[in-house]
Amino acid sequence: MRSPGRSWREHPQRYRLEAAKCTGCGRILYPPRVVCPDCGGREFETVTLPRKGTIVTYTVIDVPPTGFQGQAPLVLALVELENGVRTMVQVADVPDMDRLAVGMPVKLEFRRISEDGEAGLIFYGHKAVPA
Amino acid sequence: MVVGIIGYGAHVPRRRIRVEEIAKVWGADAPSYKRGLKLHQKSVPALDEDTVTLAVEAARNAFERSGGVHPAEVGAVYVGSESHPYAVKPSGTIVAEALGIVPEVHIADLEFACKAGSEGMYLAQSLVKAGEVRYAMGIGADTSQGAPGDALEYSAAAGAAAFLFGADPDRLIAEVMATYSWTTDTPDFWRREHMHYPRHGSRFTGEPAYFRHIMSSAQGIMEKAGLEPRDFAYAVFHQPNGKFPLRVGKRLGFTMEQLEPGWLSPWLGNTYSGASPIGLTATLDVAKPGDLILMTSFGSGAGSDSFIFKVTDRIEAVRDRAPRTRPQIDENVIQIDYGTYAKLRRKIRLGE
Repeated sequence: MRSPGRSWREHPQRYRLEAAKCTGCGRILYPPRVVCPDCGGREFETVTLPRKGTIVTYTVIDVPPTGFQGQAPLVLALVELENGVRTMVQVADVPDMDRLAVGMPVKLEFRRISEDGEAGLIFYGHKAVPA
Repeated sequence: MVVGIIGYGAHVPRRRIRVEEIAKVWGADAPSYKRGLKLHQKSVPALDEDTVTLAVEAARNAFERSGGVHPAEVGAVYVGSESHPYAVKPSGTIVAEALGIVPEVHIADLEFACKAGSEGMYLAQSLVKAGEVRYAMGIGADTSQGAPGDALEYSAAAGAAAFLFGADPDRLIAEVMATYSWTTDTPDFWRREHMHYPRHGSRFTGEPAYFRHIMSSAQGIMEKAGLEPRDFAYAVFHQPNGKFPLRVGKRLGFTMEQLEPGWLSPWLGNTYSGASPIGLTATLDVAKPGDLILMTSFGSGAGSDSFIFKVTDRIEAVRDRAPRTRPQIDENVIQIDYGTYAKLRRKIRLGE
């Protein structure tokens, strides 16, 4: 489980979908990184990701890990957002699994991602839902 | 200075449970609930939805309609709810962080049964009027629960509405013409610390609580403004079920045509702090420039906040910049059975 400190440090990317755009080559990194893997640049500007995209590929997990058991079958997808950035997210609110498809339009919604038991912190972030 | 709504938005979960599905578990007579309370179904939050997530999505819709207000310019955020995810740790901080409103902002969580949302709206518009902040946001959001088998279980639902207030003339969607609150100590509904479910005074929640406070508040604001029911295009009242808002509207002298756009509870349930605010968003979705709208909330305990809004020309330009409310209630819904509902509302005891 994430510590309060770690979850706090990740608020910009998890809560507001803030990514790092390399001022050298223009590549957008999400989650943000310290060094650009393309050009080695260390200067970035903050950009906010669009919340619409399409499913590039997906998988269905029938036996989810601890903390996610109530959500079986758990859908994970690689989603390409409107600006070309790809991110791995859970897919929620799928009315039936037959509707899941590569190319399906989705949007990112603010959701609970996990929680540290009944007494611990609740961790928020974004999931994809059918658009 | 003319203060008003410069952005509004609602967000409703996709899942629904029908009255019949609840009634069959408890051996209750579904037709009598549907007829007596005018309820068909209610919204149910998923395991990953709570007051904070619903509030964030509603607020994002409000910003979409605000004509480019930068979140950092918002000076106050109030989240009204009786189902804040934490007992101690403000929902408003998470909501404001997600929206990018922090750190120069005043934040408070409010509680007042079903009227915590309208309290936030009142405070937000008052701060703008006082010149303390340029923009302020009031949000009503809830994922309420009734005790299993209790009459409240048929109505306690989930949803949120958010309103951004400001005074920029070119951004005004609906001017606040008047406000009026009417409050007493009336113990019609309560929940003690550490209790999962509320208790209520059954029929006592009607006349001395709901009807007395809404009637007094609505009549008070109309008297203050020198207006009568026929002057309004629409009226929105708190809706704990489908029956009460129609009855109180009729008693006050409003027609079905005035009440219909904001009358959502038969298909949505009672979204508590979100109830009359979501009704207002659905009414703004169809209102025309120049229309007057009366909104009166009700919170058990008990009190009612009233607002008179005058819709501006700008409504036509902004209403389709974010999802309208009624389609969120009627389209793309996922019907669930009682077992799924019990799981999602964490009513099933899991292995340790």
